[in-house]
Amino acid sequence: MRSSAAIACCIFLVTSCQREKRDFRPAPSRVAVFGDAARESPLQPGGSQPAQVVSNPYDKSAYAISEGQRLFDWYNCSGCHAHGGGAIGPPLVKQDWVYGGQPENLFDTIVKGRPNGMPAWGGRIPEYQIWQIVAYVRSINHEEPVSATPARTDSIQPQPTLHSVVDGATK
Amino acid sequence: MKISSLVWVKTILLTAVAAAISLAQIQNQPDDGQWTMPAKNYASTRFSTAGEINVSNVKNLKLAWTFSTGLTRGHEAAPLVVNNTMYVVTPWPNTLYALDLTKPGAPAKWAYQPNPVPAAQGVACCDVVNRGAFYYNGKIYYNTLDAQTVAVDAATGKEIWKTKLGDINQGETITMAPIVVKGKVLVGDSGGEFGVRGWLAGVDADTGKIAWRAYTTGPDKDVLIGPNFKPFYASERGADLGVKTWQGDQWKIGGGTAWSWISYDPELDLIYYGTSNPGPWNADMRPGDNKWACTIFARRPETGEAIWAYQIFPHDDHDYDAVNENILLDLTINGRLRKVLAHPDRDGRMYIMDRATGEVISAEAFAFQNTTEYVDLKTGRIKIVESKTTGFKTTRDICPAPPGGKDWQPSAFSPRTGLIYIPHNNLCYEIQGVQANYIAGTPYVGANVKMYAGPGGNRGEFTAWDPVNAKAVWKIKEELPVWSGAVVTAGDVVFYGTMDGWFKALDARNGTPLWQFKLGSGTVGQPVVYKGPDGKEYIAILSGVGGWSGAVVSGGLNPAADGTAALGFGNAMADLGKFTTKGGMLYAFALP
Repeated sequence: MRSSAAIACCIFLVTSCQREKRDFRPAPSRVAVFGDAARESPLQPGGSQPAQVVSNPYDKSAYAISEGQRLFDWYNCSGCHAHGGGAIGPPLVKQDWVYGGQPENLFDTIVKGRPNGMPAWGGRIPEYQIWQIVAYVRSINHEEPVSATPARTDSIQPQPTLHSVVDGATK
Repeated sequence: MKISSLVWVKTILLTAVAAAISLAQIQNQPDDGQWTMPAKNYASTRFSTAGEINVSNVKNLKLAWTFSTGLTRGHEAAPLVVNNTMYVVTPWPNTLYALDLTKPGAPAKWAYQPNPVPAAQGVACCDVVNRGAFYYNGKIYYNTLDAQTVAVDAATGKEIWKTKLGDINQGETITMAPIVVKGKVLVGDSGGEFGVRGWLAGVDADTGKIAWRAYTTGPDKDVLIGPNFKPFYASERGADLGVKTWQGDQWKIGGGTAWSWISYDPELDLIYYGTSNPGPWNADMRPGDNKWACTIFARRPETGEAIWAYQIFPHDDHDYDAVNENILLDLTINGRLRKVLAHPDRDGRMYIMDRATGEVISAEAFAFQNTTEYVDLKTGRIKIVESKTTGFKTTRDICPAPPGGKDWQPSAFSPRTGLIYIPHNNLCYEIQGVQANYIAGTPYVGANVKMYAGPGGNRGEFTAWDPVNAKAVWKIKEELPVWSGAVVTAGDVVFYGTMDGWFKALDARNGTPLWQFKLGSGTVGQPVVYKGPDGKEYIAILSGVGGWSGAVVSGGLNPAADGTAALGFGNAMADLGKFTTKGGMLYAFALP
């Protein structure tokens, strides 16, 4: 009994540490996506080859995801993608990712841009913030732990607005 | 009752005769069965004198031929017909097709590719649309999404010149159809949602050189306001109002683009067009009247010099661009023959204005609205409803929504019935104003918006409006916003299409449905009428759902996850996928 409680406590500490982890002085710029790590095609001529494993340094971090949510508006990502439903740009709450939906693909997309309208943000947004935005975009697709995901804003509520027009005066 | 209605009919007929005569004068273009500009004529009536297809035989109308564009975005253009050739401009990548009407099935003679940069799609607010071309002096003129104007040899498809007018890295695109007046190609920019500084330019039709550019905001010298500027209302007079009605340098990123229609009166030698919303949408971020956004301008075509201006909606709260069409009519109002322009505005009111002076004669609502009480005809100032103002707060139950009682989709006027046929919306919305950050080349809006159907639950309407008595004569309710243009003929048939793909013919006199045909995709195009080489009357329209209202389908959006998709239009159109799929196709109809 005592040992199982200790194990539970350990697990809690480990996960909560990750959840609460915050870099007050973010590491200097890292070129985090090397070589072919951000593959966009599953076709590999001559047989499959191992890809480099890239992990988002802010994966599972509640603080980073919340920062990502703020930055998503701050850098006008929401101007083109709305709150995930899309507008000028494609929706970000979805299954089909043209350029890949893994963290390294999203990072790549933000840094390099894409030819049909996605701007190249490399050199404009610090890389640690790009990773935070990546974590947020993953979170709205339920790819981050619920315990680390911030509450959805009102504007993202999926239900159609209830409405009643009462005080209208046509003139 | 019967007598009074007879009298009323007589009045309309008298009006109609007056209008017909003066229209013939101002158009200065006999109807030869061609369609050389999207609005049919400089007066922008979209009235065809063709009468072969009429109220009694339109029920027999049959599909004559089709043409696929192979594209899946919104097809908002009007096809042109000149010298037995049809010219079709597609949405991005803005291919120009020339179709040979003398051959069976109208095969393509050539295609011209302007190759606009793909990245331009990322700064086009409301789908990658194009609203058409203009024929003048052996050339086809049109604009590309990456803010260039091109002149193409109408016979061969060879490019004659191409001029870059704007910069996509500032958020500028061009979607409007130009018009050519006195050797100047008149072009305005899009980008009111990107904090651009709006302008209208005059480009030399022969050389492609920019002759003048009139900015919407800034000092008088940039707006081309000089000693001949004589606005009707005192509120529009004073030096540098394009600076003084803003705080600090906000006018430099204040919007006011000229992305829609231009009309021309040769007698007065004035062009008329409206400017878009100021930026950002969040009204608390830009105190002041924000001139000259949401304004109708009258200018000289050769120099761009402003002659009068009237700001319809000072300090715009709702994205009520004033860009909608200005139909030039001569009407007898209160016993006086007036040279007017009729402007069905986003704010839901039909402005009937003296086009020589800029005086508002009437401004009654054609669509449901609760944002304004009236327009003060003495001061010209619109009386807004305080409880519906927006800013750093949440405001609900606002009608009409940002796409307005009516957006760009152009109306038609018949001198035979004296009525204006208005394809339009019935939408309301709620808005939460948030901080907008200006980053050049990205959206500058600062608003979370959700739209929904207005009273009655129908999202669209088609209204026949009597501009003399300033009231609706009949209305048709439509399930979806009517985002196509209208056209009316001397056969007293009026045509428009719906976003679920029905192309419809109504009796122009009373709105009785006479015929309809199901297009492959919903239509947001502009119907045109022409006489084929076989002497028969044809009606043509592009289908291919899209545009702001259709972005849910054409852009593959996910409104189920997020009602703010497509600047809030997603919430109102979440079910569009049940009504239609995407795909561009031109349809031409004729009697058997």
